[in-house]
This record gives sequence, C-alpha cells and structure tokens, in this order.
Amino acid sequence: MAEITKEQVERTADLIRLTISEEETELLTSQLNEFMKYADQLNELDTENVKPTTHGNDVKDVMRKDEPTKWITQEEALKNAPDQDSGQVRVPSILE
Amino acid sequence: MNFETVIGLEVHVELKTKSKVFSPSPNAFGDEPNVNMNPIDLAYPGTLPLINEEAVNYAIKAAMALNCEIATDTNFDRKNYYYPDMPKAYQISQDDKPIGQHGWIDIEVNGKQKRIGITRIHLEEDAGKLTHGDDGYSLVDFNRQGTPLIEIVSEPDISSPAEAYAYLDKLKNIIQYTGVSDCKMEEGSLRCDANISLRPIGQEEYGTKTELKNLNSFAFVEKGLEFEEKRQEKVLLAGEENFLQTRRYDEKTKETFLMRYKDVANDYRVFPDPDIVPLYIDDAWKERIRSQIPELPDARKKRYMEDFGLSEYDANVLTGSKQMADFFEETVEAGADKKQASNWLMGDISGYMNKHTKELHDLAITPESLAKMIQLIEDGTISSKIAKKVFAELVETGGDPEKIVKDKGLVQISDEGQLKEIITEVLDANEQSVSDYKNGKGRALGFLVGQVMKATKGQANPPMVNKILKEEIEKR
Amino acid sequence: MSLFDHSIKELEEKLHNKEITVQDLVDTSYNRIKEVDDQIQAFLTLNEENAQVQAKELDTDADKSKRLFGIPNGMKDNIMTKNLRTTAGSQMLKNFDEPLFNATVVEKLNEEKAVIIGKLNMDEFAMGSSNEKSSFQTTRNPWNTDYVPGGSSGGPAAAVASGQIKFALGSDTGGSIRQPAAFCGVVGMKPTYGLVSRFGLVAFASSMDQIGPITNTVEDNARVLEVIAGSDKMDMTTVNKDVPAYTEKLADGIKGLKIAVPKEYLGEGVAPEVKNAVMDALKVYESLGATWEEVSLPHSKYAVAAYYLLSSAEGSTALARYDGVRYGERSKNADNMIDMYKLSRSEGFGEEVKRRIMLGSITLSAGYHDTHFQKAQKVRTLIKRDFEDIFENYDVIIGPTTPTPAFKLGEKTENPLTMYMNDVLTIPVNLAGVPGISLPCGFSEEGLPLGLQIIGKHFDESTVYRAAHAYEQATDHHTKRPELGGEKE
Repeated sequence: MAEITKEQVERTADLIRLTISEEETELLTSQLNEFMKYADQLNELDTENVKPTTHGNDVKDVMRKDEPTKWITQEEALKNAPDQDSGQVRVPSILE
Repeated sequence: MNFETVIGLEVHVELKTKSKVFSPSPNAFGDEPNVNMNPIDLAYPGTLPLINEEAVNYAIKAAMALNCEIATDTNFDRKNYYYPDMPKAYQISQDDKPIGQHGWIDIEVNGKQKRIGITRIHLEEDAGKLTHGDDGYSLVDFNRQGTPLIEIVSEPDISSPAEAYAYLDKLKNIIQYTGVSDCKMEEGSLRCDANISLRPIGQEEYGTKTELKNLNSFAFVEKGLEFEEKRQEKVLLAGEENFLQTRRYDEKTKETFLMRYKDVANDYRVFPDPDIVPLYIDDAWKERIRSQIPELPDARKKRYMEDFGLSEYDANVLTGSKQMADFFEETVEAGADKKQASNWLMGDISGYMNKHTKELHDLAITPESLAKMIQLIEDGTISSKIAKKVFAELVETGGDPEKIVKDKGLVQISDEGQLKEIITEVLDANEQSVSDYKNGKGRALGFLVGQVMKATKGQANPPMVNKILKEEIEKR
Repeated sequence: MSLFDHSIKELEEKLHNKEITVQDLVDTSYNRIKEVDDQIQAFLTLNEENAQVQAKELDTDADKSKRLFGIPNGMKDNIMTKNLRTTAGSQMLKNFDEPLFNATVVEKLNEEKAVIIGKLNMDEFAMGSSNEKSSFQTTRNPWNTDYVPGGSSGGPAAAVASGQIKFALGSDTGGSIRQPAAFCGVVGMKPTYGLVSRFGLVAFASSMDQIGPITNTVEDNARVLEVIAGSDKMDMTTVNKDVPAYTEKLADGIKGLKIAVPKEYLGEGVAPEVKNAVMDALKVYESLGATWEEVSLPHSKYAVAAYYLLSSAEGSTALARYDGVRYGERSKNADNMIDMYKLSRSEGFGEEVKRRIMLGSITLSAGYHDTHFQKAQKVRTLIKRDFEDIFENYDVIIGPTTPTPAFKLGEKTENPLTMYMNDVLTIPVNLAGVPGISLPCGFSEEGLPLGLQIIGKHFDESTVYRAAHAYEQATDHHTKRPELGGEKE
C-alpha cells in the first residue's frame, strides 16, 4: 500500500472540517502511516469468500409504526443552539 | 456534424407518510419553523434512527408501480458531507442495495411510444431548509429534516427535452396513482435534476455531461434542456470541449448559468449504517404491497377504451390524473352515462379548473352530484342550457342538484297545456313573424322560439316548444 | 467500615428493614467523594442537589420494593441525563447542561428509584484506554494514584473501587468497561451487543458500543444488568428477548462447566504475573468441578488492526455531527460557514479524537474503502467465527482481561499504537458481539489489581455470571479495598 502523503492528510482534514497546523500534519502523517503499516498484516488473510460484518448482530426487519408523536417544543429544540433568530438556528453564511 | 442528445433524470419524491422516515416527528408541510422535529432529527448525541415501516412500504409500492425488481436484502448507508441543514453530517440513504432496480415506464411523444429505463429507486431522508440572509447569516429550519424521499434515477434513455417532459409527466402520474406522494413540484414534493450530454450520431461513448439544477417545473426542465442542448451543440461545433459542470436554470432569462465545475467527485465515504438493521423483504411482504397497488394509468386507459367505449383521446385525458379518473369512475358508478360523465369532466369541469387554477378536490362538486345532474338532464327535468346554471352553482358551493333546480325554479316546463298558453300569448303578440314564417321565412321560427324562451326564462322544454309552435302556427 | 462494603442486596434489605435510610446512602457517597475525589478525580459533575431531594422523597416512600431502590450510582459522562450536564469528556460539550432526554438505562434506573450521584470522567468520546484523553481531568487509579485507572470508563471504575458509589454504568466499545475494571479491581460487564439499549449513549462505534455495569461484586453486577437490560423501541439493534433473572441462577454452581482457554490469550506480550494469576484461577475452577482445555482463537492477533480501522471509521461519522450548529461549542473566531465548522471542531476536539476521525475518514475514503475498511469487516467475520467454533464445544472462554496490570500515567501517551495494543484481549469480544466480564483475580507485585476475563455465548450472560460468581465466592480478591484518604501521592 502506498504511503499516506501529507497532501492526503491535509485533504482529509479539509473534508472532515478540521484545521490542522503544519506540525500536526507532520505528526498525523507519520502516525497514520505507522498504523496503516501495522494494519497491513490483515493482508495475510485470504478473505476472498468471506462476507463482511456490517452490524453488531443479525437483527433484521425491526421497524416503527407510522405514528407521529410530538416530543419537544420549538423552544427546547433551540435551547442548546449557540445562535438563533426568530425560531431558527442562525449560522454564518457560506460566503464571507 | 449531427448530434444525438442523451438525457438522464434524477427525481426526488417526498413520501406522504404521517411521520418522518427515521424519527416519529410529524411529516408536515408549511408549519412554522422548527416545530416538527425532535432530538433524533436534530442529531442530538445518543439518538438513533428509527425506521418507519410505512416509508419502506411506500418506497416498495412506488418501485413496483415503476416495474422495478424489488430487493430481498436491503440496507441503509451513511453518506457523509457537511451542510448546516444536514444535522448528522451524513445522510441516511441507500447505496449498493436500493429497494428497487431495473424498472421502466412507457412514454409517448408525437404518437411514438418509447420505453425509458429506470436504473434504481432508493429510500433516503430529506434535509432541513437553509435560508440565506443578506446580513452575513443564514437561518436553518429543520422541519423538513427526515422527510422520507425516494430517489428515482432514470437510464440515459431520454433523447429529447420533449421526452424528458413526457417521462416526468408519466412518472408523476404513476406515483400519484399509487398514493405515496402528491408530487407537487411547487411545494417541493417532487424535484428534478437533469443530466444532459451530446455525442455525434453513431458514437457509442457518451459526451461530457452537464448537471442542471433549479428546475422548478416540468416546463422549466424542458426549456432548460432545450437551452443546454443548443449551448452544448454550439460548443462542440466550435470544436471546443464541454467540461463536467453543474449549471443553474434561470426562469427569467430561460438560460442556464454555470454554478461550478466538478473536478473530482466528492468522497462521500459511504458505508452501511450500523444503527439501522437490514431489511429482509420476503415474498409475503412483497405480495402484500403488490396487492395494494391500484390499477395504474395505462391499464385504466385500456379499460376505458375497451369496456367503456371511450375514444383514445378521452381515455388519455381522463386517466391523466388519478383524481380525474377516480372522479370519472365514481360518477359513472353513481348512475351517470359514461359519455356524458366524460364530456362534463373534460369540458366544463376541466375548463373551470383551468380558469381558476384549481384541483379537482378543491371543487365543491362531487361525483354523486354530477351524476345526479346528468340524470336530471336525461329525464328532461332540466335542459342542457339550464344544466350550465346548475353546474355553476354545484361547482362553487356544491349541494344537491335536485334541490338547486327546485329552489331556483329551474325545472323545465314540459307541461303541454302550460306551454300552449304561453305560445298562444307569444303568437298573439307577434303576428308579423307568424305571417313571415308562413310566407317561407324560416328564420322567423327561431325568433318565436326565442320569445318563448324569454317568456319562460329559458325553462321551456325546447323540442316541445318547437313542436307546439309549429302546430299552433298551422292552426292560424 | 463503609456502608458500601455491603452488597446491593444487603443494602436493599437494610433499607427495607429501616436499619438505614436512603439519606444515609447518599451521605455515604457525597462524604466519600469529599474525602477522596480530590485524589481520584473520578467525578466531572455532581448531582447533589437533586440527589438530596430524591433521598428525602424516597425515605418517605412507603413502597421500597423497587430493585436498586435508593442505591447511589454514577453514570459515565457519555450517558445522557436530562438537565444534567453530559460532556462525553470533551470540550465540545463542556456546556451541554441541558440534554433534552434521559438515556433508556437512566430511565430504567429512575423507574427503580436508584439515585444518580453524578457524572463520571472518561476519555474524550470514549476514545482512549487510560483516561488521560479526557479533556477535563485525569482520573487516578485508587490502588496507586501514580497509575492510570484504565479507560475509557476510568471514572466509573475508579469511583466504584474507591467506594464513592455503589455501582456505575460505563460503556465498552473495545474494552472500555472491562479494562478499567481490571485495572481498578472491580467487576465490569460488557453485555451481548443488543442486550442493553444504546439510546442516550453518545455514539462512538455503533456496531460495538454497549453499556454495562461496574460493581464491587458479581452479584451486584448481575443485579444492575437485570434492571438495565432489555429491548427498547428507541434502539432498533436491541434484541427482543426476555431478560433472565441472572441473580437467581448465580449460586447454581459450575460442576461440569467446560472452559476454553485460548493460547493466544496467554502468549507473547502477556506479563508472567498476569499469566500466573489466570493459571491459579483455572485451578480454582478445577476444584469447583469445571474442566478446561487450551484452544485457539487463530484470528485474534488481527483484532487490534481490524478494530481500530472499523471503530475509527464508524466514529469519524458518529462525531461528524459536532459542528457547532445546533448544540455544543461554536468557535467565536469564525465569520463564515466553513470556518465555523473547522474552527469549532478543531477547538472542540482533542488530539486523540482528531487522530481517530482522521484515521477513520481515510479508511472510508475511495483509495482505502475496499482494501482496509471492507477488509477489516471481513476479518471481523473471521473473528466472530473463531468464537462460534469454540462455543460449539465449550461454555465459556477464560483468559486475562489485559496483558499487564495498570501502567503509569504518561507511560503510553507518546505512541498511540502501544496504547492501542493494550486492548488486544478485550477487542475480539466487541468484534464478535459476545458478552465478557472482568473480575478481580489477584494483585501484581506492585499491589495493582489483575483482571480475569470470562467470555460467553451470545445472550448467555447467565453462564458468565454463574462462572464469575463461583470463582469470586471461592476467593477473597473482591473483598480487598484500596487504602485511600489519609495518604498523599
């Protein structure tokens, strides 16, 4: 497996909305590579015909009836919001 | 060089379940902001999605109506991206195990039938609504967050903007028939993005496509595609290259404008959501849903032609919406003549709806009252002319046509003695016309009929007036 | 002697017979907290005002028949408590004072009238094995405050071990209940995935997270699990099964119990004193009429790699919701949307969390999705099968909980990978979804507790508890208490 590059780390940080310093980028790059190298041992295993496990158990078909319920008020919904205006959550615009 | 147009449509349809797809909040349109939501919709820490059985059933129903193969094993995935109207920062959607695949619908353009493939239909959640202010801030309303959506992806089988229009029209019609959505584009319960590319005729490889956004009506889809078709053609004829891009349709200028170039696809890092258990849709489940699908437009049309003896044109118009078709059948069931019911629906009722931009269910007239009115015409209680007056009342305020006729004194005068009396008076007052008629001026009869009608406020039975008039003139 | 040296059952009887009051129990907790928590640093938030009011109410309550009636307990701080600050150990939620609901486990405890004393420290978002990754404080090991209590449920384990509460609820994604229980000399149970509702648990890796009890004894533990277990309509992954009365079967004995001892659990990297303690425990089991054989879990050595790929991938998306929009901290330095996200998240998350969500995001990204994420999912299947194979012939699997006793503060913070390796014996249990318990089985030369891990079949907590109880009753490790109070570090 090719090494994770610094650019890749920067791009990933951007994708998941993190700002990381030059120093953090360096450190993360080396730590991530160290882990990925360790994880390379998984390639020793032949998993060609193995089904992936995607869930914690085999439970299936659990569903909810289509019954609407009120749970919280508008006031409660906005209670923990850092900023709000006329019943809505306020965020800075996408552009500066 | 001649080009061939390749169009594929991605349609999102909101399902009208009572509650949301992954939380029990009410699924309602048009309420004040942030009232139809709960901690699950807001992605509070510790909350888990709870899938709505009815949303799954609706998605299966729509997929079946669009001739899809229904998955047996299906699953929900996390599709990761950031936007303030997307609280979990991932959308719960379906990636490699959609509910339906390999469907199709038949469309007709300029008398030509064509089958358009449907690649897939999957169930997912809608996002909230972000309103951009001009003060450097945006506001988020999460009411819509979690509204169940089905995404219907067509094959790139559509070769013209007109076909795109026909596809959307048919799709909407079929889905409305299933009852899983209103498909109201103006309320956003049906949304459409279009992909279009051109390639030289004969070339197998697709050209570079443009994604069109902000298409807020079927007409705009068609117009936007027409503009884009010409724009791409110009670029290609100039020997230039089209770039992968997203363009926005402007309703005022009827042009498309570049929003952004797409260099690399966003990496959504999709994987199965461990919080939602997989669904196993067995045959019994599938059959249960299949049995709930009503007769669809094509089948109905055929029945109207074969069993009811309607023309193809009439059958087409009547099955053009489920509301119309249901109204028609209920009117017939209530005892109306098929042809008469069809005429009234396609004539006066459709005319009224168009004039006032109203839907059938907004009108006060019911299938029962229409049927009764038609019967009153047939048994001679009212004339067709009077019927227009009764209709005007029925469509606005509703009620019992018989009562309207009685209350307004609209009953047709068919009593021979009564008519004779009135006619005698008219003849006495218009001797000149009587002699004109006798001297061969046929037109004079029309004048006399008119006078009788005037004297009876239009309520005289016209064939009888004609008959008695002629008899009485003979006698003079 | 503290009131808390009595078992929950004994305390319930004393309350019933009016020998003690709930006020006595609540006072015992808060007095002990005042006495020792400066040293231990287990509590992040106290619920004292509410608990005092509740104590008075309960003492006038005629019906004292509820299970866990009046028993003082603490919640790991990733378990939602309505109107009581819940931080998940993160600056991101440092002012999250008003969660809008209780976790299902809290609702169940409220129904039974147990008294919540406060919220307990943890590694940020449960990502850590030492409690040093809490963004607020580092909890100390009550047996020696120079040592870590383990993690991520270090606060819960240390609080129970130091007698501040009678029981705690923790969460276990890769060993986060069992490892701190082992390090602190208490009993910690990670139930079968799907037995206990996760509703109200701050998600880390949803396919592995489970809530479980931390207690002084096996009986206490079973008693708490009886209350908190059961299917929940708020968590689709819970299993619709009746919860057995674990405590009723505890004393049934283990004659004929078939024990499997994986050689990988006593191999390289496992400290000799740990190995010896386990071998001694096996002798006790023999004396009680059980038999044991050495077996192999051939894929266990791949568990750490698979686990960190999968849990980080799931965690990277579970933590995406912390964006400063609807709750939590929003950076004051942002004037556009993208900066709001980036600065809020960068200021709100600690370095371990950032490392894990970076790892997880790369694992899920286009170039790694098949080769790493899916590969790990497949290896998980192989690990699950290892357990299924063993359980065809054996009732339980026994081994150590951790390769070593507690390590010193700061000893493993430099290299993340060495820290991750500490979970090597607990992780396979989460990947397989089976239940696992850790209970005290002796002490190291330095006087630090050692943990014995007993792993059972899916939903066979009964046998796990029975096996654990039999051993506990035949030994006296569970009666030992750390010396605290007077001494300074």
